[in-house]
Amino acid sequence: MTTFLQDLHKIDDQTGHFGQFGGRFVPEALISALDQLEAEYLKAVIDPKFNEDFQNLLKDYVGRPSPLTEAKNFSKHAGGARVFLKREDLNHTGSHKINNVIGQALLTVRMGKKRIIAETGAGQHGVATATAAALFGLECIIYMGEEDTVRQSLNVARMKLLGATVVPVTSGTKTLKDAINEAMRDWVTNVETTHYLLGTVAGPHPFPTIGRNFHSIIGVEARQQILEKTGKLPTAVTACVGGGSNAIGLFHPFILDKDVQLHGYEAAGDGIETGRHAATLSGGTIGILHGTRSYVLQDENGQTLPSHSISAGLDYPGVGPEHAWLKDSGRAFYHPITDTEAMDGFSLLSQTEGIIPAIETAHAIAGTVKLGKELGKDAVIVINCSGRGDKDVETAAKWFKLT
Amino acid sequence: MSSIHQVFDKAKSENRAVLIAYLPAGFPTIDGSIAIMQEMLNSGVDLVEIGVPYSDPLMDGPIIQQAVDVALHNKTGINEVMHIVKEVSKSGKPVLTMSYWSPIEKWGIDKFAQQMNQSGGVGVITPDLPPDESEAWITATDENKIDRVFVVAPSSSDERLKLVTNKVTGFVYAASLMGVTGTRSEVSNRAEELVNRVRKHTQLPIAVGLGVSNSEQAHEVAQFADGVIVGSAFVNVILEQPNLKDSIAAVAQLCKDFARGVHKD
Repeated sequence: MTTFLQDLHKIDDQTGHFGQFGGRFVPEALISALDQLEAEYLKAVIDPKFNEDFQNLLKDYVGRPSPLTEAKNFSKHAGGARVFLKREDLNHTGSHKINNVIGQALLTVRMGKKRIIAETGAGQHGVATATAAALFGLECIIYMGEEDTVRQSLNVARMKLLGATVVPVTSGTKTLKDAINEAMRDWVTNVETTHYLLGTVAGPHPFPTIGRNFHSIIGVEARQQILEKTGKLPTAVTACVGGGSNAIGLFHPFILDKDVQLHGYEAAGDGIETGRHAATLSGGTIGILHGTRSYVLQDENGQTLPSHSISAGLDYPGVGPEHAWLKDSGRAFYHPITDTEAMDGFSLLSQTEGIIPAIETAHAIAGTVKLGKELGKDAVIVINCSGRGDKDVETAAKWFKLT
Repeated sequence: MSSIHQVFDKAKSENRAVLIAYLPAGFPTIDGSIAIMQEMLNSGVDLVEIGVPYSDPLMDGPIIQQAVDVALHNKTGINEVMHIVKEVSKSGKPVLTMSYWSPIEKWGIDKFAQQMNQSGGVGVITPDLPPDESEAWITATDENKIDRVFVVAPSSSDERLKLVTNKVTGFVYAASLMGVTGTRSEVSNRAEELVNRVRKHTQLPIAVGLGVSNSEQAHEVAQFADGVIVGSAFVNVILEQPNLKDSIAAVAQLCKDFARGVHKD
């Protein structure tokens, strides 16, 4: 009999490539740590004890399964399509990020490492990591772009309350990209004692595969729940895409269901035509960033271009390699959503359903409004409601001029 | 025999290690980097590594990050790097470039290798291209007669050392410690152990870099390695000088100190 995690492992490339994408473009100093992580993961996957620990923590600590909520009022604004929200916002710590964090924290303990480091953009991954560090008694350092520490100050306080050290990163663009650079610098220095708990499905192999598999619980549950509620598979599943972790978590268990459309919504910031955006798949080209080959915002000299989004969690000039592959293979579709469209979606879901989404999630909400209108009232759409908007109240209040 | 190997052979006959200097292209200015590297080669440096500036230098510490920021501000792209390679190569000494993989892949793997050859460059160091991903690069460098340099680290297993050194044609770059570039107060004791392990897998020359900050440290490294690589220490003195003239003079002095340091006892 196969284990729970083995089942999630079905579509896998042992070399860490998704077509031409993925791979490992890192200094030799990190190869042994990546090999160790991969080996430990492959052992854990077939270890019933690990599976049991992971599933128990998801159930009793994270609060899974997360509900699938039908958004009947919202549906009227989305062409009358039946819309369901996969409520990752109700997870402990307030977003989907905790799924991958619990899995990797268990791996950290298995590897005998006592220190974890992580990058964070919106702070959701940082909070989830700080939470797991507290739970497992690990030292925790979070790298966060200085600009993000300002726009997500609530999450900075949460991480500190959880006992983590938050290091503001002042190099480069002072956002997520540079937080990853700084975390990599720490890792290459302390790799023998430290696990880099990378928070998205980008980075060198095996991170995209491991992150995807730990997050696939989202899609596994959603698939079962929608079958129970509607008796059939959905017409489409939708999610926001920055690095792409919540999207791949929802998409992956549906990849083999050829009739289920997969739609990802990227942050178009001020609009792709302005150049001030973070829509890597829609407006980027193929290149290397942070150890993986994928779509990247970069110039002809291979220099990474600054990204822009009102959402700190989507403000990243790269994207996970599996999304690049899903795009090029035509299996998934990716669309740009501007700051204005996202904030309209933010407001719409808040006022029609009483659910304040994270601004990241609001991109998927706004995209689904458009998609619902295209697909019509017979369609059934599952949105990954990847996070809650408490952290964004200040930004939103400013945007809507409420204060 | 490649010109890189000739330099190592000559140094060996003189009972010393090769002195290798790193400087980012376009720092402190494009012309300034040319002038400084020419002076380095006149002041005891055997080989220069011209750094291709990259926006996300995740293997570099604060000193080189600062220099790279300046270089990018000076709009130092690959065309400018090739111009610098061409000018510095006129010295007749071997010139290498060192680049993160992103700029090379984006520019075009063949095109980069071809332009290196046309500009008189002899080798390229690719610190974040593991040999596992290097098939196209090996073809391009072989076709354009450009030597390949890969980096090994104290964490590399013997299996990895064998794999990596098999793909090297220039010298093996041994990272002395686990960490990013920068000056250090002492030489990591892992450097010698790594060099000894590398020697079991290859006849190629081995140069040690990362953290070599002064001539005493260079002297220590020269006892067990074939080459000593210095980067951040040069950037540091340039950052401290008010103008190019003083930078050139300070770098020349530092090169002479290092050149004395690399002699074997």
